[in-house]
Amino acid sequence: MQISVRRIDTTAILDISGDIDLAHSPEVRKALLREIRESRTPRVVMNLSKVRYIDSSGVASLVEGLKASREAGSRFILFGLSTSAREVLQLSRLLKIFEVYDLEEQALAP
Amino acid sequence: MSAQLLLKLVILSNPSVLCVVRGAMERLTEIFGFNPPECRSITRAVDEALTNVMRHSYGGRVDRLIEMEIRRIPGRAAANRGDGLEILLLDRGPAINPAKLRGRELDDIKPGGLGLHFIRQSMDTVVFKRMGKANQLRLVKYLQMPKEV
Repeated sequence: MQISVRRIDTTAILDISGDIDLAHSPEVRKALLREIRESRTPRVVMNLSKVRYIDSSGVASLVEGLKASREAGSRFILFGLSTSAREVLQLSRLLKIFEVYDLEEQALAP
Repeated sequence: MSAQLLLKLVILSNPSVLCVVRGAMERLTEIFGFNPPECRSITRAVDEALTNVMRHSYGGRVDRLIEMEIRRIPGRAAANRGDGLEILLLDRGPAINPAKLRGRELDDIKPGGLGLHFIRQSMDTVVFKRMGKANQLRLVKYLQMPKEV
């Protein structure tokens, strides 16, 4: 699991590669909440294009991120969902709750 | 035809092993004859079941053992079911309270509580049983019989 952060203006892009499962969801959660709560970044974008698998603990981390962003008044965006990740969000009835795009350009559009 | 053992694994309750089991399940379900969405959902169900054992049965300890046995079991033509992939998971944690085996309501948007939901969504049979000092989870997914033209 690798997590790196790029910054463009007031946006932080978390580039994640690997599977977000029980072994790695805590790192993702920590990075996400740090960006939203501590750095108070106005727009946090998660690049999931190199994430092949997300389990329920990964979804829980995303939900925590969403709630934290709502509390902070920031935007939380996902892009690049794999078929498996999209299925998992659909099964959880969460796909429509998140702001989701296919491509980075769409996620970064004003 | 009786049940045919396909794979037997004993793994540590360490989450770092989950990706190994997922890899095995992806290949096994594919060669068993499931379609890609079914392969993904069965793999997900097994992954979530193992995660539940690691977190809840073993309380996060990474030095416990989880046993898995995977079999081909006969289908039932009368029920329009082809052969089934049966997955048995055994752990030696405390007895599970069946009343607590409920996923959360999906309309209640909050972290957690989704694992059981994913398992039940994916599998045709989901049965928890206490066997002596062990918990057994039995999961079965049947191949669909091709429709006669």
